This record gives sequence, structure tokens and C-alpha cells, in this order.
Amino acid sequence: MAKEIYSTYPMVKYLRKEALPTALCPGCGGGTVLNAFANAVDQLKLDPKDLVVVSGIGCSAWIASPYFLADTLHTTHGRAIAFATGVKVGLPDKKVVVISGDGDLASIGGNHLIHAARRNIDITVILVNNFIYGMTGGQVAPTTPFGAKTTTSPYRNIEHPLNVSETVAAAGASYVARWTTAHVYQLIESIKKALQVKGFSLVEVVSQCPVQFGRRNKMKEPAEMLRWFLKNSVPISKAKKMSPEELEGKFVIGEFVNRQRPEFTEELNKLIDEVQEQFGLKEV
Amino acid sequence: MIIRGDEPEQLRLIRKLYKPGNYFLQGNEAVAYGALFAGCRFYAGYPITPSSEIAETMARELPKLGGYYLQMEDEIASIAAMVGASWTGLKVMTATAGPGFSLMQENLGYAVMTETPLVLVDVQRSGPSTGQATKGAQGDFFQARWGTHGDHPIVAVSPISGQDAFWETIRAFNIAERLRTPVVVLFDGVLAHTRELIKIPDVDEVEITYRKLPQNEEEAKLPFGDPHGDGVPPMPLFGHGYFTHVTGSTHKENGLRDVYTPEVHDRLVRRIHKKIEGNREVYEKYEEHFTDDAEILVVSWGVTARPALGAVLKAREEGIKAGLFVPKTVHPFPGERMRELGKRVRAILVPEMNLGQMILEVQRFVNDDVLLKGVNKIGGVPLTVEEILREIRGVA
Ligand SMILES: Cc1ncc(C[n+]2csc(CCOP(=O)(O)OP(=O)(O)O)c2C)c(N)n1
Ligand code: SF4
Repeated sequence: MAKEIYSTYPMVKYLRKEALPTALCPGCGGGTVLNAFANAVDQLKLDPKDLVVVSGIGCSAWIASPYFLADTLHTTHGRAIAFATGVKVGLPDKKVVVISGDGDLASIGGNHLIHAARRNIDITVILVNNFIYGMTGGQVAPTTPFGAKTTTSPYRNIEHPLNVSETVAAAGASYVARWTTAHVYQLIESIKKALQVKGFSLVEVVSQCPVQFGRRNKMKEPAEMLRWFLKNSVPISKAKKMSPEELEGKFVIGEFVNRQRPEFTEELNKLIDEVQEQFGLKEV
Repeated sequence: MIIRGDEPEQLRLIRKLYKPGNYFLQGNEAVAYGALFAGCRFYAGYPITPSSEIAETMARELPKLGGYYLQMEDEIASIAAMVGASWTGLKVMTATAGPGFSLMQENLGYAVMTETPLVLVDVQRSGPSTGQATKGAQGDFFQARWGTHGDHPIVAVSPISGQDAFWETIRAFNIAERLRTPVVVLFDGVLAHTRELIKIPDVDEVEITYRKLPQNEEEAKLPFGDPHGDGVPPMPLFGHGYFTHVTGSTHKENGLRDVYTPEVHDRLVRRIHKKIEGNREVYEKYEEHFTDDAEILVVSWGVTARPALGAVLKAREEGIKAGLFVPKTVHPFPGERMRELGKRVRAILVPEMNLGQMILEVQRFVNDDVLLKGVNKIGGVPLTVEEILREIRGVA
């Protein structure tokens, strides 16, 4: 089985073979995300030596850390972006990527997410939104749809989900896009853009967790979840003309923002230059 | 691979910016200058009294040295950013106080587990909780030791004056680099805000230690191995193509997670302990005054060590054979020396600005026949010479 994967999957050159096979459940959207990321890296011809991938804790956190063959930092729950901030300041010429879950990045790590966007530090975040805390057994998440069932909302979820992409766009990110695992080609294009944008970029991937979410919400099979995504996805251009009621339960997909703003590490190094100039500290 | 901060260019800048001589500085400023001399070029923090002047000094001085000051959104982010930066080869520091130290504990454990060098200055203030936010105290002795979760070693140093704070901060960096481990500096609000004469040396007088880097591909592939038998693995820095995997989960020598094999966890955690316990000469440090013939021993640390010395000197004038033992590295505690001294004296007094913390460490190493007594004061005001002397007279 494993042998077959090695011989037929060209992207395997980007994977840490001794860590395979992955711990993800069969049918998990995490595999699609890893595939899309590897393809984006491949299409951009990025050298993995120029990448540092950071993740928090959760199933989605494992997608690239340890499986992607680069420097990888698997951190504490929720803190990936804060760790990545230190990495980026130390290695401003490298591409620093965070791949982690919605619980990790938007709940416990929500504060770091909005502040990194505000600072506009050049980090690419791939947030895997599966509406659930997968690793800990399917508890309610800040992204769980209103009314959905989870192990800690066994009757129905009475809280409203956080719209992560809108929040991060409002906080000041340079690039924000949302796709689902049923939109693989668009997803790869967005990851490529995000990796090239100078500034904070977020790609939110609506992803299936058949095991913890689907099973409890009448979608046991991964394919049923993908069909649900396809049926309910609305391109952002169309969504702009729709009322909040019409958008209820829909997945707005596409690019939310793509803009240039001063980037944090560049500003930091510019400031250092200015100060050294001002105090006559530059080597002559 | 380089550890930035100690290159000739950096030393040139230090020399140019900070002329050797006597300065009238706050304890907090002394900590900051110590860090700069030690090669610290990355500071991430969140303001909290009584530590804020350390951040302010770093924000002002670091850019001059080409270093980075980051004000993060909270303390959790601060220590997280430090760990990230340390893996890129920067020497890193933060400073905080009680509540912020509590928030940093999770990632302090992460730094222990991933063997990441960093320096965390805890300017102790009165607690629990927000307590007397602006007042000094010595109540975090055990928060430094046991604040994070799991079985873990920790190294903590504690300066006794502003001048000492300069040198102890440098020593903290050297220990962190040498043993690839986080080091806590237990400072306090009293010394932090006291201005006194502080001598800034020439850079040449400062001994600087660098972390061990891998010498070949093989060593780089085992970021958590022990090729030199001292328990300290060479640290392959990020960005050099080694494809290092770092995780706070139990990992094998190659960095990959294995949380199921009992031996892997046992081997890793025991090595991390051995690395600290087995390298005492790297960090063990204490001061002694009149201990040769002392009958009454005062054991004190940090800010309280100075009035304690005053009291011992006065007691000597009165003909009382008092002595003073000051652990400068408080964790791991200098237990062996404590045991030797404990055998020779009749009474031991332990003055602290808390209701009795270090005294518990002292107790572990002395016999029951020694009279052991705490001299404790809380409320944000340091112990005085008179208060300690009175207790010495009481047992004389
Ligand atoms: C401080 C802390 N709190 C809680 C946990 C337990 N925990 C592990 S993974 C996880 C949730 C992960 O959810 P998400 O980020 O959505 O990832 P998923 O598993 O769904 O991909 C939690 C709560 C932890 N590891 N650390
Ligand atoms: S529990 Fe859900 S998110 Fe986790 S690996 Fe399984 S399917 Fe994926």
C-alpha cells in the first residue's frame, strides 16, 4: 500500500517519508490541503530549504508538521502564529507558513491571528476549517454552524460561528481567500498567491471531517461532505448581491482582499537602518 | 550558521555605544544592558510593572545594534515568538512579572522540551494575582521551579543588586546557550526600580558563550541526540536546509514524534534532566561571607541578601559568630554546599520577602538538630538590616 503511494505520487518528494503514512483518517480533507500546498510549492518552484512551516495542535496541525519536508515547528495549541512571528523576524528572506485548524487558529489562537493580520507580518496562514475540534473528539468549535450537532452541543449548537476570513480581512491582512476542498485548483492558485504576497495572507480552506463532524450531521461519507460544499458555495461576487438571510448556511468562496500595505519585517528592518543612520552607527 | 550578536561588527557597535565607566542606573536598565552585552538581539514582551523599563530600554537600544524589539499582543505570544526566533540563531530575552510569568509557563515548558535557549526575566512583584502590582516581592521562587507542567528541570539565577543584575543576566545567557535550555532570572521590583552606581565594563571583560552547532550532517540530523555525551545536543538552526522537525510532543533523537513508546519518553526526559543535573559546574554559584567559623548561618537570596549581609556584619561587630550563604543560582539549589554548612552551624535563619519559600529547599538539606527559622516579611517593603539583626540576636 505505502509502496504504491511512493511510486505514483510525484509530490512525495516534498514529504518526510519516515513520518508516513499520515495519521489522518481516510477521507479527511487534510490530505487535500497537503496535496494543494505541495502542488503550490512545486508550481512556484520554491526550494523547501526556503520554507519554514509552523503549526499548532490538532489534526490539521499535522498536515505539514511533520509531513512536509522543510524546517517544521510543531508548537503549543493556538500559538503557531506567535512562534512563526519570531521565525519570520529571524529569517525575513524565508517563506514562513502556518498550517493549522480553525480551533487552533481562531479560538485559542484568535488573538494572535488578528494581531498578526494587523501587523501585516509576511506569514502565510492556511487555516483548515472543518467546523469542529477533530483531534479531541468532535467538540463544538467557534466555526461550528448554528444548529449543528457536536459532542459538546449534543442537542444543537446555539452559538453563531465566527467568519474567519472576514475577521482577518477587517484586521488588516494583505491577502485573504476562502475555498473548500472541493475547489482544489482554485485553492492551489490562492495558496500560490498567498505565498507570493508581501504581507499577512490567509487562505481559509473549508474542509471535511467526516469522522467527527460529518458523522454527527448526516454526512458520514467524505463525498457527501464535498457535495454539501459544492452545493452551498457562493462566489464572493455573487454573495455581495445577496441578503444575510439568503447567505445563511452558505460558503462564500473567492478572494476577500488582495492589497498592498507596509509589511512588518520590512518596516522593522527599515527602522533599524534609520536608527543606525541617525546615531552614526553604520560602518563607513 | 551563526549566532547573531557576538560578531566583531556587533562588538564594535557595543564599544561605540556604551563606554566603560560608572553609570547611575536602575536595576531594570542593568538587566537590559547585561542582555545587550551578552549578545541578545531579539526581545519580545508585553508591558507589566515592575518590569517595563527593561522593555523600554530594549526598544530604545536594540535597533542601534541591529536587533529586534517586538511588543506582542500578550505574554503567551512573547515567549512563543522568542522560541521561534531562537531557532533562527538569535539570542532572545523577555521580561515580565507575576501574572505575565504565569501566562508564559506553558511555553516555558515547550522551551524545556524542545531545548530552546532563551532568557526569561521575572521581576517579582507582590501577589497572588494582581496583588500589590507596583511592589516588590520574592514570591515566585517555586513558580520558577514548578510553574509549568510535567517533569522538567529548570535553571534560575537571582541577582542581589543592580550591578549583580548586569552580570547575572549575562551569566543567564551563557548558561542558556551552553546547556540549550531556558533560564529564568528571578529579579524583584525593589532592585528593579532602585537606582545605584553601576559599572559598565569593556566588552573584552565579558565572557560570552555560544550554543553548540552541529559539526556535520550527521549531527544536524539528530537535533535531540547526545553525540558528545554531555546531554547537550548541537542545535541545527532553521533556514540552513537541515529540514529539522521540532515538536513539544515526545520525540526521538531525530525530532520525530513518538508518544507511544515508553522508552522514548523516558530517554528524552531523563536526558533533559541529566543535562542540567550533570552539568552543575556550568551554573552552580553561591556567595559566602564568614561561613568558616559561623555558628549562626543566614541563608538569603535576591534582594534580601543585602540587608542580610548588613545584619551579619553588625552581628559580627557585636561578637556574634554569624555567617551568610547566598545561592546565586537558586534552581537547581546548591544543596551539597548547604548540607556541608548545615552540619557546622547551630541555627539557620532564612530571610525572604514571602511567607517561606526558599526555606523549604534549605530544610531538605539540613538535619533536625539545627534550629531553622524563617524571617518573613510581605507587603511590598523589603526587610531591613535591623529586622534581620534582631532575629540573629534572638538565636545567639
Ligand atoms: C492549551 C491546550 N488546550 C487544549 C488542548 C487540547 N486540544 C488538542 S487539539 C484541540 C482542538 C483542535 O481543533 P482544530 O484546531 O479545529 O483542529 P482539528 O483537530 O479539528 O483539525 C484541542 C482543544 C491542548 N492541546 N492545549
Ligand atoms: S478526526 Fe476529522 S479532522 Fe481529524 S483526521 Fe479524522 S477526519 Fe480529519
